Amino acid sequence: MKTLAFAWRYLWSRPMSAALNVLLLSLGLASITFLLLVGHQLTKAFERDLAGIDVVVGAKGSPMQLILSGVLHIDVPPGNVPLQAVRALEKHPLVASVIPISLGDNFRSYRIVGTSHDYLALHGVTLAQGQLWQQSMQVVLGATVAAKLGAALGQTFAGSHGLGGGGHAHGDNAYTVVGILAPSGSVLDRLVLTDSASVWKVHEDFTALDDDDRKAMEEEREVTMALVRYKTPMAAVSFPRFVNTTTEMQAAAPALEVTRLLNMLGLGTDVLRAFAAVLLLTAALSVFIALWSAVRERRGDLALLRMLGAPPGKVAALLLCEAVWLGLLAAALGLLLGQGFAAALGWFLKLDTTLLIGGMVWPPALAVVPALAVGVPLGAALLPALGAYRISVLELLQGR
Amino acid sequence: MIQTQGLCYQYPNGPRLVFPDADVPQGAVLLLSGPSGCGKSTWLALVAALVLPSAGSLTVAGQALGVLTSVAADAWRASAIGFLPQKLHLSAALSVYQNLAMAQWAAGQAEDARCIHAALQALGVDDLASRKPGQLSGGQAQRVALARSVLLQPQVILADEPTASLDDEAAADAVGLLLTAAKTQGATLVIATHDARVATLIPPDLQGQNGFQSLHLLRNML
Repeated sequence: MKTLAFAWRYLWSRPMSAALNVLLLSLGLASITFLLLVGHQLTKAFERDLAGIDVVVGAKGSPMQLILSGVLHIDVPPGNVPLQAVRALEKHPLVASVIPISLGDNFRSYRIVGTSHDYLALHGVTLAQGQLWQQSMQVVLGATVAAKLGAALGQTFAGSHGLGGGGHAHGDNAYTVVGILAPSGSVLDRLVLTDSASVWKVHEDFTALDDDDRKAMEEEREVTMALVRYKTPMAAVSFPRFVNTTTEMQAAAPALEVTRLLNMLGLGTDVLRAFAAVLLLTAALSVFIALWSAVRERRGDLALLRMLGAPPGKVAALLLCEAVWLGLLAAALGLLLGQGFAAALGWFLKLDTTLLIGGMVWPPALAVVPALAVGVPLGAALLPALGAYRISVLELLQGR
Repeated sequence: MIQTQGLCYQYPNGPRLVFPDADVPQGAVLLLSGPSGCGKSTWLALVAALVLPSAGSLTVAGQALGVLTSVAADAWRASAIGFLPQKLHLSAALSVYQNLAMAQWAAGQAEDARCIHAALQALGVDDLASRKPGQLSGGQAQRVALARSVLLQPQVILADEPTASLDDEAAADAVGLLLTAAKTQGATLVIATHDARVATLIPPDLQGQNGFQSLHLLRNML
């Protein structure tokens, strides 16, 4: 205990050097924290939101866009597909279930998703208040949406066209809130869920001129995509090819696309990881130089400690404790900075409402940061500590 | 008390130093004089059990050195030897009080505030306890260093060139303080110096039954 206290005083007897070393170490640690956080949260989000979806069928275009828009709800969809074509898929012998997804409107930049009750069952969410929709124009709010907008049961609102904020307001058709979901940590937290029919109704009422018009539109009803579950894993071999070749739609496997996405991100994270390693190495060198010069500067003081009866191990421990202090300070600062970076990225990319990336998440893998924080300066302190261990008192006496 | 017989130290790949025998009773003063490079530092290191003699026997404060393991020697040194280095080596990072507390830490003892203040008080520097060594005058710093060397009530006080770079008045003051401190503690005092003034500064009444001796090392013994 006393050793730590004295080491603390010695460390801050050179405040500039100590602050610089803490800063250098914490920058490296912050990068690592940031990488761990982003990696952890992305993986978790993907695992969570992709569960139970074998393949997504939607309009032709980029398969990744289809997954990002329909499963993770972070991109705009490539287009719509006819309802009839999706209905036809339900009859396919390899398909166990089909959940329709209709996008297009938002309520204060939270997406209104037309779907079926199965979508809620797929994510295993439960209601906190109220009930599920029983007819069109009734909505169930995700937990985040309800909290952020302060919405309550029975409240009515009009959706706006488009998936971002603003856009034309569909003022004639008001939605009524009939239920609020319990927080699940899934993508559903930030969605406004309703029946597919609601979305059709809003747009048909908006564009249809008369009843004939409406009839024609009903036949041409569309959904944005369908989330498909196979009866057997073997379907993964033939079903996507079947969709891609015999229909005007495309099939995208979420697992495949997300792997592709992570591989693309992987290049970026590798660069960041290398950068973090270089930062840490620089910090280690800087700590080494600082402690090495500290031993040289304080040769006399250290030798005097031996003269006062301190065993060599105690003198070396004094120096190692300085390294431990550096590490502990840098760990705290690095973790905070890393969390801050992650939160800032989430805020900057407007991903905070998507729950995809944010700060103040503490995955267990983060334990590597304090371990590195103490390990790196301790490693750098080994040689200077050995110097302190071997310090010659005779030199002190001989005044050299 | 310090007794040496046929003491000699062989530097690895270096000179071999042979020291004259000494027999200093407890509470006496030994003036270890001689020109630079004559082996004063080595003699101090031997007496402090920092190095082992190559030959001869050495008993300090009732302990036969040369049979101690290095760990035991460290523990023995902490309790038996008080050391006043030439450059004082007060830690600039610590306050006066903490410098003394560090001596207790080095000796493996618990911090004893009462002891520290008493030691500072005895040398008239207790009111400087919270200052940093950089804020002390030369004389004040030497008193603090002396307080540190007597803090653990050693039986032997080793003072290395206590008057170097001091003017006559300050040198007299320094030697006087050392003699007083040693007398109060009943400690054996060794003053290693090449400064001829020190011998004249030791009052005549110390010579004789009070036990003042002089051990003069010559360079030609190398």
